[in-house]
Amino acid sequence: MTARPFRRISRFNVTSLALGLVFLYLPIVILVIYSFNASRLVTVWGGWSLRWYSEFFNDRAMLDAAWMSFKVAAVSATLATLLGTLAAVALSRGERFKGRTLFSGMLYAPLVMPEVITGLSLLLLFVALNAERGFWTVTIAHTTLTMCFVTVVVQSRLGKLDRSLEEAAMDLGCDPLRAFVSVTLPLILPSIVAGWMLAFTLSLDDVVIASFTTGPGSATLPIRIYSEVRLGVKPQINAICTLVLGLITVVIVAASVATKLTSARGESAAPL
Amino acid sequence: MTDEPATSEPPLEVVAEPARPAPPAEAADIPLLRIEAVVKQFGGFRAVDRLSLDIRAGEFFALLGPSGCGKTTLLRMLAGFETPDEGRILLDGWDIAPLLPHERPVNMMFQNYALFPHLSVRDNIAFGLKRAGMAASEIAERVAEMVALVKLEGLEKRKPDQLSGGQKQRVALARALARRPRILLLDEPLAALDKKLRESTQAELMALQRRLGTTFIIVTHDQDEAMTMADRIGVMDRGRLEQVATPRQLYEAPASRWIAEFVGDINLFEGEVASREAGRLVIATREAGSIVVAAPLQPITKDVVAVAIRPEKVKLSRRGPASDDADHAHAINRLEGVVTDVGYLGGTTTYRVQLDSGAVLRSSMANTARIDIDAYSPTHRVVAWFTPDDCLVLEQ
Repeated sequence: MTARPFRRISRFNVTSLALGLVFLYLPIVILVIYSFNASRLVTVWGGWSLRWYSEFFNDRAMLDAAWMSFKVAAVSATLATLLGTLAAVALSRGERFKGRTLFSGMLYAPLVMPEVITGLSLLLLFVALNAERGFWTVTIAHTTLTMCFVTVVVQSRLGKLDRSLEEAAMDLGCDPLRAFVSVTLPLILPSIVAGWMLAFTLSLDDVVIASFTTGPGSATLPIRIYSEVRLGVKPQINAICTLVLGLITVVIVAASVATKLTSARGESAAPL
Repeated sequence: MTDEPATSEPPLEVVAEPARPAPPAEAADIPLLRIEAVVKQFGGFRAVDRLSLDIRAGEFFALLGPSGCGKTTLLRMLAGFETPDEGRILLDGWDIAPLLPHERPVNMMFQNYALFPHLSVRDNIAFGLKRAGMAASEIAERVAEMVALVKLEGLEKRKPDQLSGGQKQRVALARALARRPRILLLDEPLAALDKKLRESTQAELMALQRRLGTTFIIVTHDQDEAMTMADRIGVMDRGRLEQVATPRQLYEAPASRWIAEFVGDINLFEGEVASREAGRLVIATREAGSIVVAAPLQPITKDVVAVAIRPEKVKLSRRGPASDDADHAHAINRLEGVVTDVGYLGGTTTYRVQLDSGAVLRSSMANTARIDIDAYSPTHRVVAWFTPDDCLVLEQ
């Protein structure tokens, strides 16, 4: 690795990289460190301790909110994955249906729609329908939010998939549905998993839409944290945030591994 | 184009599948596959234009044509991936045009092989057998048979991305043959292989086809490939069959100027019929003077015709044909000119001779001796000669 004279790493490169990383990650590192702070005051270091973690695990309301968040994320991610995958299949396989452009535009709109607008419009809808706001309203709202992300991930994979694979399956005795299930589905499965994980994390950290669509007694963790912070930051919040951070890191890493797996398979699917 | 060849009946009789539907009555002499006035349009474009073709059981048939001529579309209609807009496709007398791909006793080998990347070699080959509801022991037996047939022993557990191009090609072939199709469709099966491998694979494909007796229909744009392998070749252009003939007929008796120029090299001179004598015609051409040709079987109806001579039929010499040809000396065509280009290709050498009229005549001569004292160089003045029987008269 030493013999690369034209790609020497200069001091300037190192410094700017370090500054950039510090800018991005120092706040998070500080948060993680302070979650192990023994002191009651957030900004004063009082030695290492797991005190705030144990306090969180004894905080009934906080645990309920965390459980609620987890349930909402899991259910909405599953629904979003189901619908998003179907949409992706419709978009990349049904080239000829009428209104395809409109359909894809409407599908991708939530990607760029300000969350406040999505949240408010959903709130108005639920009020108009006289739906009791709680677990299901948040879940439905999160499904609308995250579905398009699943579609993006799955559709990009489907687009790269060799269509003759499905034709080969049909040629060898599969009806179109069977061909999809036995050939296409296994090949796009990693990106479906990645889409699910993406939807899960998006739902887990959403405040805006959840605060519009949730009801009394069904606060999600981010909402709970947000309302706690308004009364002053307690060190316990740092502990919770660190736990959420850990969970999301695991999920994101798993999702990217799944995507890697997909593209590795994709290469072999391509012709010579 | 009703060119029925008299030659090369395939050596083996077809091994009939037991579970084959009884053909309708009066069946005795119907071809295995009959394509009747099939039309396929994409938008306003006619990819296949009222095309009819009969293919006999056990035949190795090649569809040859430039890209975009509709040959792949035709093949995809046989496989069931496209539905004809008009016409019928009869297999054993039954119209299969409305059937979906999985309902047809026909299998296809794809150009890029389309191997399932998530399945091993064994599972790829067994895929179609499982769908057919075969028992596990039977499947294992058939897979082993197929693996042996294409010489893939020891690679059964590999995934497609762990195989070389040639091995992938074999897996694709084994997978398509495993269901014992009535017809195997091959879409440019050798296009992805390098030249040496392509030649050995051609020979293997031919041997395999003879052994199995399965009807093969191959699509290719490579005329050497079609000539080498096929019993009969159908040349397609703009959605129509221009000629259906054996390789030899196609080369030596092309039906039109277009085919003469598409298949191999050819010298063409336009002219008018000047006189007729016993079995001979004299064509007066602007570029090459009078050329004596053997009269074609069908009488000439057009005024302007083209005389066509393949380059290897044109011999060069310094003084004209040797003395033992003297009997026919009066009938031999001689054209004088100057050699302008010499292309040495190893087995043959090609010469371009500029005639005194300015027209260019191509000649190709086999290098039969290692040391050729008779080779010509540019600026040499030569006599190019050819017999009337080597000339073709083409009307269109």
